Amino acid sequence: MSLVDNSKPLNFSFDGKSFKGFEGDTLASALLRNNVRLVGRSFKYHRPRGIIGAGSEEPNALAEIHQDGVIEPNRRATMIKLFDGLAVKSQNGSPSLNFDILAINDLVSPFLSAGFYYKTFMWPRVFWEKVYEPAIRRAAGLGRLSTNPDPDSYDKGFLHCDTLIIGAGAAGLQAALIAGRAGARVILADEDFQMGGRLLSDPQLIDGICGQGWAEQTIAELHTLPNVRLLPRTTVYGQYDHGIYGALETRTDKIGAPGARQVLWRIYSQNAILAAGAIERPIAFANNDRPGIMLASAMRTYENRFGIDFGDYPVLTNNNSTKRNHAASRIDTRDAQWVSDTRGRKGLNSVSLNSGQNIETDWLGVSGGWNPNLHLTCHKRSRPKWDETKACFVPDINTLPENMQVIGAANGEFSTYEAFASAKSACASLGHKSGKPPKAEDTPLSINAFWHVKGKKRAWVDFQNDVTSKDITLAHQEGFSSVEHVKRYTTLGMATDQGRTSNVVGLAILADARGQSIPETGTTIFRPPYAPVPIGAFAGPHKGQHFKQTRLTPSHKYAAEQGAAFVETGYWKRAQWFARNGEQGWRDSVDREVITTRSSVGICDVSTLGKIDVQGRDAGAFLNKVYVNSFKLLKPGKCRYGLMLREDGIAMDDGTSARFSDTHYVMTTTTANAGLVYRHLEFARQCLFPDMDVHLISTTEQWAQYSVAGPNARKLLQKIVDQEYDISNEAFPYMACGKVTVCGGTRARLFRLSFSGELAYEIAVPTRYGDALIRAILEAGEEFGACMYGTEALGVMRIEKGHAAGNELNGTTTALHLGLGGFVSKKKDCIGKVLSQREGLVAEDGLRLVGFIAVDSKDQITNGAHFINIGDPKDAAHDQGYMSSVAYSPELGHYVGLGFIKGGDKRKGEEVMAVDFVRDNHINVRIVSPHFVDPDGDRLRV
Amino acid sequence: MIINHPLFGPRDAAEFVYLGDASLMNRPDPKAEDAIQQFYEYMYLRDNPAGEHRELWFHEQGDRSWLIVTRNTFTHEITKVELARQS
Amino acid sequence: MRYNALQILKQGLTGHKGWKPAWRKAEPKFDYDIIIVGGGGHGLATAYYLAEKFEQKRIAVLEKGWIGGGNVGRNTTIIRSNYMLHENEGFYEFSLRLWEKQEKDLNYNTMVSQRGVLNLAHTDPQRDAYARRGNAMILNGADAKLLDVEGVRKLCPFLNFDNARFPIRGGLWQKRGGTVRHDAVAWGYARAADMRGVDIIENCEVTGFAIQSGICTGVQTTRGQIKAKKIGVAVAGSSSKVLTMAGMRLPMESHVLQAFVSEGLKPTLQGVITYGAGHFYVSQSDKGGLVFGGDIDGYNSYAQRGNLPVVEDVCEGGVSLMPMIGKARLLRMWGGNVDMSMDGSPIIDKTHIDGLYFNGGWCYGGFKATPASGYCFAELIATDSPNDTAKNFRMDRFSRGLMIDEKGQGCQPNLH
Repeated sequence: MSLVDNSKPLNFSFDGKSFKGFEGDTLASALLRNNVRLVGRSFKYHRPRGIIGAGSEEPNALAEIHQDGVIEPNRRATMIKLFDGLAVKSQNGSPSLNFDILAINDLVSPFLSAGFYYKTFMWPRVFWEKVYEPAIRRAAGLGRLSTNPDPDSYDKGFLHCDTLIIGAGAAGLQAALIAGRAGARVILADEDFQMGGRLLSDPQLIDGICGQGWAEQTIAELHTLPNVRLLPRTTVYGQYDHGIYGALETRTDKIGAPGARQVLWRIYSQNAILAAGAIERPIAFANNDRPGIMLASAMRTYENRFGIDFGDYPVLTNNNSTKRNHAASRIDTRDAQWVSDTRGRKGLNSVSLNSGQNIETDWLGVSGGWNPNLHLTCHKRSRPKWDETKACFVPDINTLPENMQVIGAANGEFSTYEAFASAKSACASLGHKSGKPPKAEDTPLSINAFWHVKGKKRAWVDFQNDVTSKDITLAHQEGFSSVEHVKRYTTLGMATDQGRTSNVVGLAILADARGQSIPETGTTIFRPPYAPVPIGAFAGPHKGQHFKQTRLTPSHKYAAEQGAAFVETGYWKRAQWFARNGEQGWRDSVDREVITTRSSVGICDVSTLGKIDVQGRDAGAFLNKVYVNSFKLLKPGKCRYGLMLREDGIAMDDGTSARFSDTHYVMTTTTANAGLVYRHLEFARQCLFPDMDVHLISTTEQWAQYSVAGPNARKLLQKIVDQEYDISNEAFPYMACGKVTVCGGTRARLFRLSFSGELAYEIAVPTRYGDALIRAILEAGEEFGACMYGTEALGVMRIEKGHAAGNELNGTTTALHLGLGGFVSKKKDCIGKVLSQREGLVAEDGLRLVGFIAVDSKDQITNGAHFINIGDPKDAAHDQGYMSSVAYSPELGHYVGLGFIKGGDKRKGEEVMAVDFVRDNHINVRIVSPHFVDPDGDRLRV
Repeated sequence: MIINHPLFGPRDAAEFVYLGDASLMNRPDPKAEDAIQQFYEYMYLRDNPAGEHRELWFHEQGDRSWLIVTRNTFTHEITKVELARQS
Repeated sequence: MRYNALQILKQGLTGHKGWKPAWRKAEPKFDYDIIIVGGGGHGLATAYYLAEKFEQKRIAVLEKGWIGGGNVGRNTTIIRSNYMLHENEGFYEFSLRLWEKQEKDLNYNTMVSQRGVLNLAHTDPQRDAYARRGNAMILNGADAKLLDVEGVRKLCPFLNFDNARFPIRGGLWQKRGGTVRHDAVAWGYARAADMRGVDIIENCEVTGFAIQSGICTGVQTTRGQIKAKKIGVAVAGSSSKVLTMAGMRLPMESHVLQAFVSEGLKPTLQGVITYGAGHFYVSQSDKGGLVFGGDIDGYNSYAQRGNLPVVEDVCEGGVSLMPMIGKARLLRMWGGNVDMSMDGSPIIDKTHIDGLYFNGGWCYGGFKATPASGYCFAELIATDSPNDTAKNFRMDRFSRGLMIDEKGQGCQPNLH
């Protein structure tokens, strides 16, 4: 009985022509219903092709879904659920499906044998990229990708279950029923929108009712079980470690429909039962690829499930006990008769047999045996074994992935009764007992392997990639005899169906050529995904602005109000500069911010710096281990700059740590390394020094922190910090720290630290007060003309002061390279100290961080330039180092740079050339001290 | 992959950050005469076995504990998970 | 037999009956002058250059399975010489020059296709780092161009310029970069080496080294003992496994790198594009598949397969950078066993055992190195002194503090 609903017609178009199908149709069944046989063109020879299968293995009937300028290419017609308004175009036909000019390839096919590319297109050399390759690229490919963004949304979800059952045919339904009735949490997934598998296509009786009816009744019961989740139209595409499966659920084929088009499920299962059935395979005889030649089982699906009429004269050829097809003639290879050739350019019109007999027919069903769908058993690299009597690969029980069982046709148990029986025993092994299996047909498959008909003409093995039996024997002749070599040399099995209809036939032909058995020749192995998955579904919602999370500081809203341009700093958005009316570009804003800060006072949001609370009796000793310099003897109420190394001796991060009490330090890290440093400290604490009494917690997000810098910084802060706290230079000198209250009692931490080189403080309040505090500070600063400054001005001022930052702490530099060798305590060990003493890292002529100014102050120094001694050739052998940071100094009125140059600490005053090919800017620069502004640090201490 | 955290039970490996061979816990004596050689071997040389491997994972999206996971590098099977600081 | 137009015409007209095997199925002899362990791209290239450039004779390549089954058969086919450090850049530029004349050298079309490699920058520091790198490339004789946003837009108008979490701010473009038909490289070197008398012995696994008083005199294999004066090991992800048999521990971890290919599509992408704000790079093969990849899974593995978090991470990067590829479907994913070194750079060096030479540590980037790696390894084995472009790829650089660390990640292999 047909399962389409004739009362619900649906309009669709194919190549611009309108057709009508019904609810319950696939695009394939609807095309057949409308007598469309020619549906596509093959990859290499552009041969006319029709529908071969009825499931996701379909190699030929690929088409593009079109909607509002968006194209979804390479959709199998067999897997598109027909909907009203569906617009589909055929692929790879140029200019059209009916008239494809590249069909000329078919005529010159004698010269396009397997591997011909490798032997030709070499003369002349330049022609490969200019002539040959563009032509090949144009001819190749399948569907088109529109360059428009994908308008659809995709969801991701996570499911947990006791038993995942993959495939809802006879075996899977029965297993779900047994496990579901036993109360197990079951997920039953099937790639078809209609569950039932072959029960929908092969007429039979189960417990006295028809197969379709039994499936319907079973599904209905499963729906009533709250512990069973049914996932139709869901392809379990891959098996991963520790019982994790990937699955793709398709909600609709319509492009741009509301809601998620597809859902990517990650399923965590205790056990899995693979009941994915089997796929019939073709036989390789001459011209076996014409439209109208179809797998016998697919013909039954179209007849019985979709109600397609193949007329009075379909022909069947088979090598096994398939009996269910309607056929006017049966060509059974077991009776020594076979199809030797076919005719009909754009569609089959007759077949000829080895006996010489010709039979006129539009339809030929082919049954070359069955390939169990054991793909998921191979995803963790188990290999199947060959079953000679069934002429197919079956799962090898000894190498199955843990907690997986295979039942039914997927396990080579092809009769419905065997499927039920294997479901019973699989469930029993999981502790779910059940009664007698339903009564059903129980004739085992009888097959005499028959793979291909030898002859002069081409017989197709891989339809989509146009691999013929001759290609396989030629590959063998040329020494490509291992299965993997054949596959790679001929492209066998590498099409969109991944060899589901072709691999075993190809292997059999290779075995024949090698004069070996199939198991001696090799096996096939399958990789995920079982069926292709849209890249968009793997990405899910994590695209566009939502590609990664966005972190905003407590003053973000205020900064935006002040005209901030924001810049990505890791996941943070930080204010880069604050543009004001009349400013002609970012440099104007940055210069103003620097000048205001250096002449009066500027405020910068430094909340993004990493903050780590370090507490415990051994906190000081612990910091001594992770910093090169000493912190154990730091007095409470004081801060200190600290440099941290990786164990390989390379500088990892720098920052300050403040000591609030004997047992409490607060460490700051750079924005970029906050997570990394925390992980490193926990490693040191838990893995290297587990006996120390020290505890760590990241408080980065608990504190809003602002730098207040400039000659008027103290005056401003005295208006903010509550009166009872004396922050005069005497009471709160450079590098002091303390707990204070601000704005009438709000708790805060105050640090007298400076990155800018000015009199400066950092003040921190709990995050929730951050917005209020920044507004209060700027209001208090109005009388001084205070302004916000962003990361650019911050960068300018740190370069003017010669402070190394991320560009210098680039993962290849040591304390010595950075000019901080003096910081490394000689009295104690610390992480990284030993390996920093390796000969290559302490070489006298190694790179040293120094300052650079242009010899001609009008020249612009550029970042990334390399240094070459004047007069030396500009090549790698004469490279002296590179520029790492550059800024325009408004205070000095010219550019200043920091960079690494060989032996730089002893070369002050020397001129070298800074070569910058990529910006076409070669200039002479002078090596100077990196401390451009206030080198003695007088301003810090006023 | 799923790591069976000794305190929290099974957790997706995506919650963790991987470091490497658990021998990285055995920091040599910095005062040894051949300290550079010892530290070089400690930091740079690996057994890199195809089979059972004791390795360090950090539960960054969790309790921030360092774990020693015994995992087969050929099959990815995990046979033991311990807290590093208790090992 | 040489491949030429006449031969193709002749074979096409006579049913291809005359094509000969691309390489002989050689049987192992009792002894050789030189044995190369590992019939991958690097091993086969080494054998070819030993015979062709360094006039060595009696050479065998031992492969435990089928040749070209390792990384040369499962990579993302990219060639480029866009490194920042001179120790690397000179070598990779040498390699790129060998690629440029490969089909002529080998009489085999490996489809070297220089359609360009674009690395995108998303922050100012990243752009500056690309300037430093571009200048290093040019100092080594390579080509490099620093692009601004408009330059990138002109090359790739379909990228996400308008709604990106990490906006594109520029890029580094190497026009001479591109792709190569990866399997063909193994076959081309095998055929060319075979034509010069090299024995390529498949299904021959090395199970031990014959080492006496610090001298290596041969190998034990599944097909018997084979003697040799010199033995070069080029087994990539299996390096630790193999050299453990010689009592060595290496500065190396084996990791899994996944790669992906989509269904065939009509040409959309010209060259190679690398995202600078996520783990994603992509090119389109001549067959039409988008070939793409990202980061390694990050844990030690010999399983040659990976897990879902990286798959999703790579696709998230892909769709964020190129919103149009959401509707392309991922056809196949696979994992390769990569030899991640401690600084992300390779080793081509003698070992402390006389007669035993080592080539490895290619991380996920060994394919593009294949010709130069073969050439330099051959030179080292034949002359006992390194090629100038590979002289820094020393085994002792870690103990001496002379790391070649492009990414600055230190001795944590999974971060390179």
